[in-house]
Amino acid sequence: MADTLTGPAHQAPDAVPEFPMPRESRCPFDPPPALKELQGQGPLAKVRLWDGSESWLVTRYAEQRALLGDPRVSADTDQPGYPTKASPQAGEGKLSFIMMDDPEHARLRRMVTGPFAVKKVEALRPAVQRIVDGLIDDMLAGPAPVDLVDAFALPIPSLVICELLGVPYDDHELFQENTKTMVRTTATPEERGAASREVAGYLAALLGKRIAEPKDDLLSSLAGRVTAGELDHGQATEMALLLLIAGHETTANMIALGTLALLRHPDQFKLLRESDDPKFVAGAVEELLRYLHITHLGRRRAVTEDIEIAGQVIKAGEGVIMVNEIGNRDPEVFADPDRLDLTRDARRHVAFGFGVHQCLGQPLARMELQVVYGTLYKRIPTLKLAAPMEDVRFKNDAFIYGVHELPVSW
Amino acid sequence: MTVGSPAPAHTTNPMHEEGNPAMKVELEADKCVASGQCVLAAMDVFDQDDDGIAILLEEQVGEDRLDDVREAVAVCPAAAIRLVDQ
Ligand code: HEM
Ligand code: SF4
Repeated sequence: MADTLTGPAHQAPDAVPEFPMPRESRCPFDPPPALKELQGQGPLAKVRLWDGSESWLVTRYAEQRALLGDPRVSADTDQPGYPTKASPQAGEGKLSFIMMDDPEHARLRRMVTGPFAVKKVEALRPAVQRIVDGLIDDMLAGPAPVDLVDAFALPIPSLVICELLGVPYDDHELFQENTKTMVRTTATPEERGAASREVAGYLAALLGKRIAEPKDDLLSSLAGRVTAGELDHGQATEMALLLLIAGHETTANMIALGTLALLRHPDQFKLLRESDDPKFVAGAVEELLRYLHITHLGRRRAVTEDIEIAGQVIKAGEGVIMVNEIGNRDPEVFADPDRLDLTRDARRHVAFGFGVHQCLGQPLARMELQVVYGTLYKRIPTLKLAAPMEDVRFKNDAFIYGVHELPVSW
Repeated sequence: MTVGSPAPAHTTNPMHEEGNPAMKVELEADKCVASGQCVLAAMDVFDQDDDGIAILLEEQVGEDRLDDVREAVAVCPAAAIRLVDQ
């Protein structure tokens, strides 16, 4: 692919653009226009990060998947050249296997994949349906407008992951508030560290209880590994922390941002509201995952051995950022990529990442979203935004994209 | 598209398939990261064990299942699935 030779990588150093770039405020669902422009120029570009360092930006789907599947790229934030998202992540400690490489990554990940298998998750569908129906009953019984994030989007995944892990939902304020701090890019390292330590301390104590008195939940299975000497207490706590954090902010943002996107695309909203076909709803979930790509700011890795790709050599010790949000808008893979089209086959999107770190909770996230998108708009067909669009605050300052609140009425 | 697991070139030859209704599915379980994607793509061909690791329900797939198994090959994040002629 010789087109990289004309790409920004070969411009003067002062022309290296800064990453992340701002979104266009009138198009809150679209990736930053500057990213699309770089994608049009070639699969690789050099960018400058918050700390002045340079990293490779990988803009096209094929190259993103190739690199995310390559064992010479490392997810270890301590590797030389690792492109950090904000001021040192060291203050927060490591977030278990999401920041490790194989074989240790695989060893730890396999300890917790069991409950997320497709059929095990499918068995939870009736319980999730009850949660969703109950929250909708409550909203309909209460006053409008209501903040959909608080009343609906956040409780669903939070309740579900708490149930799976065996964390009492009554304590949700402790981890919901702290998670918000942990994913806010503008929080200081000290603030993020303190938030993470508070939740970790809470989980460590709970783990201690399960070691003494096991129950039938994921935390108890981690406790069993500690007793068996396969994990130490700290490792098990970190894994529980990773699952708790990854399990609720993400899905919650998909629910709220997805609803806003549908309200702004009434024809698509109508399709979903009127469909009784679970297959269509499942396809709609994939398309919304592709289109919204809430895990913006890229999958980040350090290269540990020289890699030749797209006519370039990425050297050991350099950073690579796979910006999946534009991989999902790559016209080579998705026709008319900037259109939200619930009828398209979007299954090959990279919203869950790719390679060995691909989202472990994806069957659960999919099922939750299928229940939500398949229920909410049917039960509240007149759902509408209860504030001017200009007033909706988007999470441009968070590692996970979404809306801070979503006032709705009906 | 040439992304996804590197399938042997001859498996992509549609002429070949026409005279050959069944193909063999190969799964490298030690590469599997338990994403569940193959199960979603072809539930009658793939399942998962107690740890979420993929298992094959069928090794030979007929013409009618090829599209779904090809989708599984394409979406597998770990390049653990292959479709081969026999
Ligand atoms: C719509 C919702 C979700 C989205 C968009 C999402 C997205 C992602 C992405 C992009 C990654 C890859 C990170 C990387 O490569 O650096 C990831 C990893 C992960 N996700 Fe999710 N996720 C979602 C829901 C969940 C849920 C419900 C859980 C449940 C516990 C979960 C647990 C995890 C874990 C543990 C990892 C790390 C996997 C590893 O490093 O091997 N996620 N997720
Ligand atoms: S798609 Fe690949 S990684 Fe995922 S469960 Fe199937 S074989 Fe394993």
